[in-house]
Amino acid sequence: MSTQDMSANIKNLPSQFPIPVDPRFPPHTGSRDGKPVLVDRPAPSISPQTAKVGLSEICLSYRTQNGERLLALDHINLQVRAGEFVCIVGPSGCGKSTLLHLIAGLQPQTSGRILIDGNAVEDPGTDRILIFQEHGLFPWLTVGQNVEFGMKMKGIPKAERQENTRYYLRLVHLAKFEKSYIHQLSGGMRQRVAIARALATEPDVLLMDEPFAALDAQTRDLLHDELERIWKETGRTIIFVTHNVREAIRLGDRVVLLTFRPGRVKSEFPVELPRPRHLEDPNVARAAREILDELRDEINQSLATEYNDGVKPHVKTGVEAGFQG
Amino acid sequence: MKRAARYIIFYSALFGLWTLLAELKIWPPYLFPTPWGVGEALYTGFQDHSYWIAIRVSMQRVLIGYGISVVLGMILGLGVAGNKFLEETMGGLLVSLQSLPSICWWPLALLWFGLNQNAILFVVIMGSLLSVTLAMEDGRKQMPKIFGQAGRNLGAKGFKLFWYVLLPASLPFIVSGLKQGWAFAWRSLITAEMLYLSLGLGQVLMMGRDLNDMSAVIAVMILIIAIGYVVDGVVFKGMERHLQNKWGLTPAT
Repeated sequence: MSTQDMSANIKNLPSQFPIPVDPRFPPHTGSRDGKPVLVDRPAPSISPQTAKVGLSEICLSYRTQNGERLLALDHINLQVRAGEFVCIVGPSGCGKSTLLHLIAGLQPQTSGRILIDGNAVEDPGTDRILIFQEHGLFPWLTVGQNVEFGMKMKGIPKAERQENTRYYLRLVHLAKFEKSYIHQLSGGMRQRVAIARALATEPDVLLMDEPFAALDAQTRDLLHDELERIWKETGRTIIFVTHNVREAIRLGDRVVLLTFRPGRVKSEFPVELPRPRHLEDPNVARAAREILDELRDEINQSLATEYNDGVKPHVKTGVEAGFQG
Repeated sequence: MKRAARYIIFYSALFGLWTLLAELKIWPPYLFPTPWGVGEALYTGFQDHSYWIAIRVSMQRVLIGYGISVVLGMILGLGVAGNKFLEETMGGLLVSLQSLPSICWWPLALLWFGLNQNAILFVVIMGSLLSVTLAMEDGRKQMPKIFGQAGRNLGAKGFKLFWYVLLPASLPFIVSGLKQGWAFAWRSLITAEMLYLSLGLGQVLMMGRDLNDMSAVIAVMILIIAIGYVVDGVVFKGMERHLQNKWGLTPAT
């Protein structure tokens, strides 16, 4: 075929556009039968005392550099049952990471109460371990020593520590890397070490602060599967913060939406799709679209503050953009 | 290989120039000794054990003084870095004190401690304490906050938090300060020893002057340079390399 023929072929291409609408994903309805996948309803009422993690009327305010008082979190009420996997989503700047720091006891709230099994949180404790987005591992220790660290602080005897370390490294498929240093691992392996290190202190609650945000898509998919498996095997309670709505639906029993500054609970969606779910599952995509619709105003506000130049950005919602998941 | 060749060329040229100038006898030999004169002085000095003793005494002093500086400097530095009031008040004082040559503490030390070893130690400590303190303060501030948070989260607090988290986390940021502190300690020690007869390398150096023995003077100078260089090149370079390997930092070239 000569070059000329080829260019002729390319010229013919536009006749096939626009791409026909995939009949499986009609652009302007919530789901196939028109009913939304998710329903906004608070979790079955449990009191902060009986919940595994009970947040009641949490407020956090701080002074900015020019002396103004800024309300970051505004009367957050959230009850998490034992063994539940709760995802918190919200636009950047809504205070979702801060909320995890409060639960971890790394920072005090201005008012309100945080209860773990009915007991008020005052200090950091190894019953709830925070997994950071990245760089939370200790680079001066080997992988094994990192996993061992929490147990060492607890004063667990060395033999037992080593045995547990090996167990948790096997759990995250890193047994071979016990003697490696952190910088020798890939991003995905590092987050697996972080998960093993957190689990090794045997916490009841895992607090995860956008743990997979810095990873590539394939690695993230893989870690979603692993995290779900570990969650099922160990029965831990997980509070998982993300800005990725689909990730939240992929993983959570419940998705909690926070508003932009000050952070308030906007709505809560129990996710009843059968597990294991997949990020590319049309139902997951549809549910994500519904949540994005809810979040639109918040994201726009967040962007307007970030741009801070008087131009109002406008993020199209899933429906407006014909978002197909 | 190329580097070694460069070294050989440079040092043989230096040596040749020295020999040439000495052989031309522009200056009398008691002012400008020959290289083999200096070599002989080194040989006899080690032969009659006087240099060994001087090295041992000096090293002992500098290790004690520097050790105290490191411990005190770390406590002070952490205190200053962790406390806003101290940072604003003492921080400035420390920086201004650093402009004071350490030997300026000598008269004060003499009056406080008398003419003895403690006065020398005091000068050594004052010479290196400030750089260690400032390095520690800086390291504590540069160290990512997340390590402290992760440590507390995993149940470390108080001394354990300092020893197992904050100290190792700040090491890459303080190693150059520790090195600088060592250099100051070594210089302060030699200076103080020159002012006070007390064995030690500084005294041996002054003895060369008193006996009008230029070969011995240069021999001791070479010793002082060599010890400073070896500690810097072996101890601190090794420590830096070790940290770089662990942390995965690329060495600064």
